[in-house]
Amino acid sequence: MSEVKIGAYICKGCGIGERLDTDQLEQIAAREGKAAIVRQHEFLCSTSGVQSIQNDISAGDVNRIVIAACSRRAKTEAFRFENVAISRANLREGVIWVRPDTEEALELTQEMAGDYLRMGCAEAKHMTPPSPHVESTTTREVLIVGGGLTGLTAALEASKAGYRATIVEKSGELGGWAAKLYRRTPHRSPYTDPQETGIADLIAAVQSDANISVQLDATITRTSGSPGRFFVDIATESGATRTDRFGAIIQATGFTPFDANKLPELGFGKSPDVVDQLGLERLAREANGGPIKRPSDGKDVRNVVFVQCAGQRSQSEGHLPYCSGHCCNTSIKQAMYFKDANPGVDTTILYTDLRSPGNGEDFYRSGQKKGVIFTKGVVKEVVPENGVLDVRLKDLILDEDVAIRADLVVLATGMVANSGVNIDAVPLDADKDAKPGEAHIEIPIESILNLDYRQGPDMPQLRHGFNDSHFICFPYETQRTGIYAAGPVRRPMDMVQVVDDAAGATLKAIQALENAGLGRAAHPRSGDLSFPSFRREGCTQCKRCTVECPFGAIDEDEKRYPIFNESRCRRCGTCMGACPVRVISFENYSVDSVGQQIKAVDIPDEFSEKPRILVLACENDAYPALDMAAMNRLEYSAFVRVIPVRCLGSVNTIWVTDALNGGYDSVVLMGCQKGENYQCHFVKGSEMAHYRMSKIDDTLQQLQMETERVCTYEVAITDIHRASQLINDMAATIDRIGLSPFKF
Amino acid sequence: MDDLNLAMRDRYRNNFLQEVEANVEEGEWAKMCMQCGVCSGSCPFGPHWDHPPQEIFMMIRANKREEVLSSTSMWLCTSCYNCIVRCPREIPITHIMHGLASYAQRLGLAPKEQPTRKFGLMFWDNIEKNGRVNESILGIKLYFMNGFKEGVKTAYKMAPVGWNMLRTKRFNPFALIPFLHKRCKKRSDIQAILRKAQQIENARTVRFGTAGG
Ligand code: SF4
Ligand code: SF4
Ligand code: SF4
Repeated sequence: MSEVKIGAYICKGCGIGERLDTDQLEQIAAREGKAAIVRQHEFLCSTSGVQSIQNDISAGDVNRIVIAACSRRAKTEAFRFENVAISRANLREGVIWVRPDTEEALELTQEMAGDYLRMGCAEAKHMTPPSPHVESTTTREVLIVGGGLTGLTAALEASKAGYRATIVEKSGELGGWAAKLYRRTPHRSPYTDPQETGIADLIAAVQSDANISVQLDATITRTSGSPGRFFVDIATESGATRTDRFGAIIQATGFTPFDANKLPELGFGKSPDVVDQLGLERLAREANGGPIKRPSDGKDVRNVVFVQCAGQRSQSEGHLPYCSGHCCNTSIKQAMYFKDANPGVDTTILYTDLRSPGNGEDFYRSGQKKGVIFTKGVVKEVVPENGVLDVRLKDLILDEDVAIRADLVVLATGMVANSGVNIDAVPLDADKDAKPGEAHIEIPIESILNLDYRQGPDMPQLRHGFNDSHFICFPYETQRTGIYAAGPVRRPMDMVQVVDDAAGATLKAIQALENAGLGRAAHPRSGDLSFPSFRREGCTQCKRCTVECPFGAIDEDEKRYPIFNESRCRRCGTCMGACPVRVISFENYSVDSVGQQIKAVDIPDEFSEKPRILVLACENDAYPALDMAAMNRLEYSAFVRVIPVRCLGSVNTIWVTDALNGGYDSVVLMGCQKGENYQCHFVKGSEMAHYRMSKIDDTLQQLQMETERVCTYEVAITDIHRASQLINDMAATIDRIGLSPFKF
Repeated sequence: MDDLNLAMRDRYRNNFLQEVEANVEEGEWAKMCMQCGVCSGSCPFGPHWDHPPQEIFMMIRANKREEVLSSTSMWLCTSCYNCIVRCPREIPITHIMHGLASYAQRLGLAPKEQPTRKFGLMFWDNIEKNGRVNESILGIKLYFMNGFKEGVKTAYKMAPVGWNMLRTKRFNPFALIPFLHKRCKKRSDIQAILRKAQQIENARTVRFGTAGG
């Protein structure tokens, strides 16, 4: 593979042939692009077109392919070839569809196409076809941390799919909180009555499954390695520790109930007759279908009041700012415990907003039919008085302060995630900017996974102590490759959602371990064989790559050089963008493969009045948005040259400074939304790029250039009009401030 | 505040709700309201009610028996059916409003001076006596509903209309003379039917104590 043999294939279909002078393009590819073979084809994606490419590959005449046709996002199946590096020059979406079909436009449109051919050839020249680096044999064993409903379901799902699973459970029994319920909210039609939890059957199924082993009273003292070969130390109560190898990990550690002792105003701790929802489950289990008794005197409860959102959805200090999602339905279920045993018991649910997700609407209605009273009101306090509880509230419908006398009060408190150590925690006094309610939620700070990664022992958290799992696009995916979060550890949820979650996370885990076994990237570049490597001699041990990698893929060796853990890596290139000495590269994506494209563009001299705008567009969102703009025939400036990048995080600032030094008039960067509601496929890539580019102004000033020439934007895949508008805006800016002084 | 609380401690007991369920037409629906407020927002008279339908349903559940039954609110319902059409819970609100009004009337709790109530009684009386409606008498009685002086004033004001109706044979002055106007043939039968209906209704009515308990 040492000798570079480029084959350039120019398609004349889809109007390309009519709109462009393909003979001239052929010349460019041959003379400037140094392509050994250049062919034109009426319809390149047709069988004969594809065959002509394959023939050249098979004959050994070419090992780098330039396909000058449609966008790299189109015809991916047709243009898939083995053992060659492929570059796509986008003549359709990138040129003819965004330019007017007029005589006057012809010259600039042809120039655009010519440049994309030069760029394609330059890229092809600097890529090598990636080959798999198989790190390990496939380990078809999933570690499941937590033996609650999530963990049990995940284990059974893994087993059903033919994989082995090990459940590590901290406590002495399986079933988690679900096993402590009397009944569960209905998950089957007609959604009118509480149902059996079914947890005993589930436990029995797990225990009798030969593919599943269970470790009770056990914790994880150390997790090392990477997907496909995690080495996990499991310590049991007896003090014995053993090390097992797993392909992937599912963290199903669930939640801890919010500590109701923090709600003395609602009477908790002041009277035994104020309980939380789990407390009521205990009473219901004791009653076992008979009348539920008051804890204080053992008398039958005649009048029960449920207080929704107790210490939840509240901005008060120490309360949970979020909704735990299941508690309205749970209170309806618990009110039914009373009504079903004795319709004469008065049950009142006090809510501010009743939320009954899933099939809860039917369940809510069933509760009303059974005579449960729903009252919209804010509870101010619960005062125990002579053996009864005085619930004082403001009735929001009748707009008055009232009190209800109750024998028993149930507080609907929330879920606190068992997500382990918050590795990004800032000391409390440094957190002055935190909005109220965003402030720290106390969580048990014992590590769960004890990862030996340099980035910290647990998975990063997003908000309110829940593990970051990108629920907008990819649920269960976390910032630690091969480790999936499922159940209430990633967001509050009910049992129905937990079961779905467990199945989803299990399938992701299986995918990850299979990919790792083949040396392929996990989601979102699943199947990618390329992998970052670094030139040790050049590395200055600055550690930027280790710090900026969003996935904790890079460790350090004893000499403090980076160690890239291939199967932990998502191939985003953020490390490549970070490296100040530019020693990190992929076989088919590198500082050079993009840098040479930038250089290949023909820069007209300063008298030509033809500026050049470089757009570096994220291939996940901004680039498709531009493609869609083209499908809608939204025109944009012919002076623009667009290069797709894996993630904006992979943009090395050298590209920007080289472009400006080389005579480009401006550079526009388009990445995904960053921050708390990020849409970046690689979590932090866009954020890193924005941060790095915020420093570029100094460089521009040194070059005596206007800072407006470099702009960084957040562009969503739906910003079809905006994406092309941003290009036109920049063209207008150049018009106003004039061409770059760096034309040669 | 504390006395008030004490007085209200029987709030949200289900007694009145059970009474409504048992004795008011379509009353078993009262518990199904989900307090969305669509009915109150849809009712053309909503702004004029002391307690629009949504609030009435909440008051029933809050055990506010006297306040609901002595309210003028449900007497304002014009049976436009806007609320029924729009209620997401498909509650027959209009029927419940009329049911509540009529139940309040039976219990003697309805507001005495409420004009809809007064008119309703006149209408009923008219039908009961004649076996059919005598519109002339009903109309004149309506004029005099609020006393002789006002009746004369209204009659005077309406005289031109009356005259035109007379000319176009829409109004028969002889119908005003008690022994001349037409009645239905077997009035006693109708009266017997009504008596029987009343009996059945009375027998069906469940007796509840007054508030509290
Ligand atoms: S930054 Fe991206 S490409 Fe680099 S090691 Fe981390 S995951 Fe891999
Ligand atoms: S529209 Fe129906 S559900 Fe909504 S407040 Fe009125 S009666 Fe209740
Ligand atoms: S039917 Fe009666 S209560 Fe319903 S909207 Fe009309 S007037 Fe109001």
